Amino acid sequence: MKFRAEINVMPLKALLDPQGKAITASMKNLDLPEIGNVRVGKHITLEVDAPDEEQARQKVETACKKLLANPIMEFFELELFPEN
Amino acid sequence: MKFGVVVFPGSNCDHDMIYVLKKLMDQEVMALWHKEKDLQGCDFIILPGGFSYGDYLRSGAIARFSPIMEQVIAFAQKGGYVLGICNGFQILCEAHLLPGALLHNPNHRFMCHNAFIRCETDNALVTRTLSPGQVLKIPIAHGEGRYYAPEKTLRSLNDQDQVLFRYCDETGNLNPSHNPNNSEEYIAGICNENRNVFGMMPHPERAADPELGNTDGLLVFEGILNAMIKE
Repeated sequence: MKFRAEINVMPLKALLDPQGKAITASMKNLDLPEIGNVRVGKHITLEVDAPDEEQARQKVETACKKLLANPIMEFFELELFPEN
Repeated sequence: MKFGVVVFPGSNCDHDMIYVLKKLMDQEVMALWHKEKDLQGCDFIILPGGFSYGDYLRSGAIARFSPIMEQVIAFAQKGGYVLGICNGFQILCEAHLLPGALLHNPNHRFMCHNAFIRCETDNALVTRTLSPGQVLKIPIAHGEGRYYAPEKTLRSLNDQDQVLFRYCDETGNLNPSHNPNNSEEYIAGICNENRNVFGMMPHPERAADPELGNTDGLLVFEGILNAMIKE
């Protein structure tokens, strides 16, 4: 079976996110001072072949832990969808 | 004594490194293409600066899985000497050969200027000819150079004498205005617990040729050479 994974990789909440900070500061230039605490991460999609969802999840988690996210600075969340 | 300089797609300090070792220090040195699976008998491996794989995903993250890295990791785990400069340091952290990570500079700018660094220990191959407290002027050139590690790791780096260099002012004082990328505890360079893997963000190879008016960086390579010959 083919699954599509939707992965969000975000900077750890305790760490300064310079991109997010710069974007937050620019919100007042848009006359949107109500918007704050912008944080910028990465959204990654990929396809994975596996016999079932559980095994697909394991493979994607391995990819996340080994390459797509660095746990020293980032955390990840993932969702899986069966592909037709 | 043979040096190997690993060349990744996007490395751009490999030739400077080879020039310093070959022309200025008269050493045998070879370039090792990242797709090779053999370190070809090199005694000391250098991962040079640059933008391996365009810094895609995270600096050093993709290079860490280049074919040659399997050999570099095995070599380091057996006690072989490995030095990573700038992008090389980032790759060594991604490969877990060194603790911590290099984050974006807080001002989100690429910083390219001379920095002062203070030698923190002479108990490491690359600082063997330096004295603790000695100040070097070495250029930095990076966008992701802010050394970060959890508090527990920082404590252990200090306890085990693994901090090689800290950013400082001209007189050697730790001063927030001279911590260019706001690195944790001013850290500019570290080694692993076994003291055979070294990483530093500043570029000593760019301050080695007398023609360029600054040879402070040469001291780092002379330290390696003197210590390796004695060993």
